[in-house]
Order: sequence, then C-alpha cells, then structure tokens
Amino acid sequence: METQEKKIHTPSEAELQRDLEVRELDTMCVNESTLVHKPWHNIKYVLVGILFGIVFVKAEIISWFRIQEMFRLQSFHMYGVIGSAVVVGAIGVFLIRRFNIKTIYGETIVIHPKTFSKGNVIGGLMFGLGWAITGACPGPLYAQIGTGATVITVTLLSAIAGTWVYGLLRDKLPH
Amino acid sequence: MTFFDWIREPWPWYVAGPLIGLIVPALLILGNKSFGLSSSLRHICAACVPAKIPFFQYNWRKEGWNLFFVGGILLGGIISAVWLSNPNPVVLHPDLALELKGYGITRFDGLVPADLFSWDQLFTLRGPLMMVGGGFLVGFGTRYAGGCTSGHAIMGLSTLQWPSLVATCCFMAGGFLMANFILPFILNL
Repeated sequence: METQEKKIHTPSEAELQRDLEVRELDTMCVNESTLVHKPWHNIKYVLVGILFGIVFVKAEIISWFRIQEMFRLQSFHMYGVIGSAVVVGAIGVFLIRRFNIKTIYGETIVIHPKTFSKGNVIGGLMFGLGWAITGACPGPLYAQIGTGATVITVTLLSAIAGTWVYGLLRDKLPH
Repeated sequence: MTFFDWIREPWPWYVAGPLIGLIVPALLILGNKSFGLSSSLRHICAACVPAKIPFFQYNWRKEGWNLFFVGGILLGGIISAVWLSNPNPVVLHPDLALELKGYGITRFDGLVPADLFSWDQLFTLRGPLMMVGGGFLVGFGTRYAGGCTSGHAIMGLSTLQWPSLVATCCFMAGGFLMANFILPFILNL
C-alpha cells in the first residue's frame, strides 16, 4: 500500500508545509481525505453534479429573473430554496456527528472550521454586487452554459480572471 | 398529467431546497468533501495559469473532484435543456416585468434573458459591463470572501459557522444594493 502511494505522489516536506499553509488560508479549499483513488472514482461526483445541475435548472435557480425577484423581495422562491437547503443540510451534518457516520471508504468525516476574515465582509459585498448583475453565482454559471447560453462562457472566463487577480493582489488586501 | 409532464414544470422550492441540502451530507459521506463551488475557479487558475503566484501553488489535482463536480453541473444543464425543458415562458412578478420592459427587456422566454446576455450584446456598452464586469466581481468577491452561496450560505450555515453567516449577510446586502440602486442605471445604458 505504502509503495503504491509513493509511486503516485511523493510530496517533499516543504511542499507539504506550503500545501497546508495555503489550505488553511482558504478554508473553501480543503480536502480532508488522505486516500488515493483511481481517476474513475470521480464519476460519483459527476453524478452528484448532474443531479444538482438538473435541480438548478428545473427550480429556475439559475434564472436571472428569479435572482432579481429575490433582491427586490418580489418572490419567496429563492429564500425557500436556500432556507430549506440549510435546514436539510444541518440535519444531515447533525446526524453524521451524532452517529459518527463514516465515509463509504471508512474514513472519519472531518468538517473544517471557517475562520473569520475581513474578506468575508468586503469580498462578500463584492460578490453580492456581481450576483445581482449576472444573476448567477459560480455554480449556476456552469449550468447556464449547459442550457445553451454559450455567451455565459465569457462571464465564467471573467470570473476565473477575477479569482486570478485576487490571487495576484492577495498580499496587498486587508484580511 | 403524466409524470413526464409534471417533471418538466418548474419545480417548487420545497422540492429543490431539500434536494440541494442533501448534497451536503452526500459529499461528506462519498469522500469527505466540503460542498463549495467557487473553489473550482481557483483550481482552474492553479491548473492553467498559476504564473508563480503563491495562492495558486498547491496540489490542485488533490481537489480534482471539484472539477468533476462542476463538469456534472454543466452536463445537468444540458440534460435539462434537451429533455426536461419547460415549454411555457418563465413566470415573472408583474412589477418586475413592467420594470424590465422600461429598459427594453421584453423577451422572457428563457432563464437567461437574451436581451441582456447574448453574443450580440457583447458589442454594446451594457453587455460587457454586465457579463465581463459582473463575472469579475463574482470571481474576485467569492474568493476574497472565501466561498459563495454553496460554500458559505449552504455548507457554512449547515455546519453553524458564524463567519459564513457574516458572509451570507454581506452577499445579500451587496445584491440588494445592486439590484435596487445601481442596476437600474446600468440597464438604462
């Protein structure tokens, strides 16, 4: 087992340290699993993604109009979607913790705590401004392209550029 | 009404919300993954244009599942459009329809308004401002905030983390400000 793992990836001490540091800085980017899987194991994430994409489209969460209604308080729809998703998600997490449920590979489930930074406020406001313009957060951008709105690739590329510029300026920004 | 007719109608929030909520425990159980979508943008940067920026120097292959996940979302969009699309126009709040007509937005037949987001619109003043400018704010803002609607509002609130509550409130505040006070000027361009 160990030799097999070494063949796939042998990180140096410095590399491991940097990896950990980067991941601590950005809690959205934490993969707690230490197992090494074959590439086809990723099919399960594709399937969850497909289901998610269908829900996105069918519940019109990716609709620019629904997002405008949400921010104008003209419809309960989006509040209902997000609110009930949080309630169901919280029950799921509670059950996992309560009964110490393991992953399908027998690993203990770890939920990484998020640390507060000024970015939560400043970045949050910036994202909110963008969300109301594009009518899409990052996930729906992919689904919108899938439904045939090919021009949204421009929006997606611009979002990737925005993330890149953030990475470039990161040290100069207040956190 | 057959099952197929029913499934093609727009789904109500009490069907969609719980299904989305189930993704949180599903990803944890399938492989200890935290639900979050904006990180896919970072992995794309790290994979394609890292440019020696420290923020993009990490083993992005380890987070590859996230790219398969967003790939699935894209496929889900295609499947819905091809086989499950709603034959009727999008139902709109009458006040919003009236307001949008004032800006020359009259086509309500798709989820993405063709009067605002189309290849032709890229050659106007309003189009690039919304598509390129809006996209940039989404990409920069989510990474600066450390997550988006999925990572903070759904995953973060489900696990009762207060920084995520702060971030979610700021998302909403930014959205209210834009939709009600700034967007009208942009739409008038």
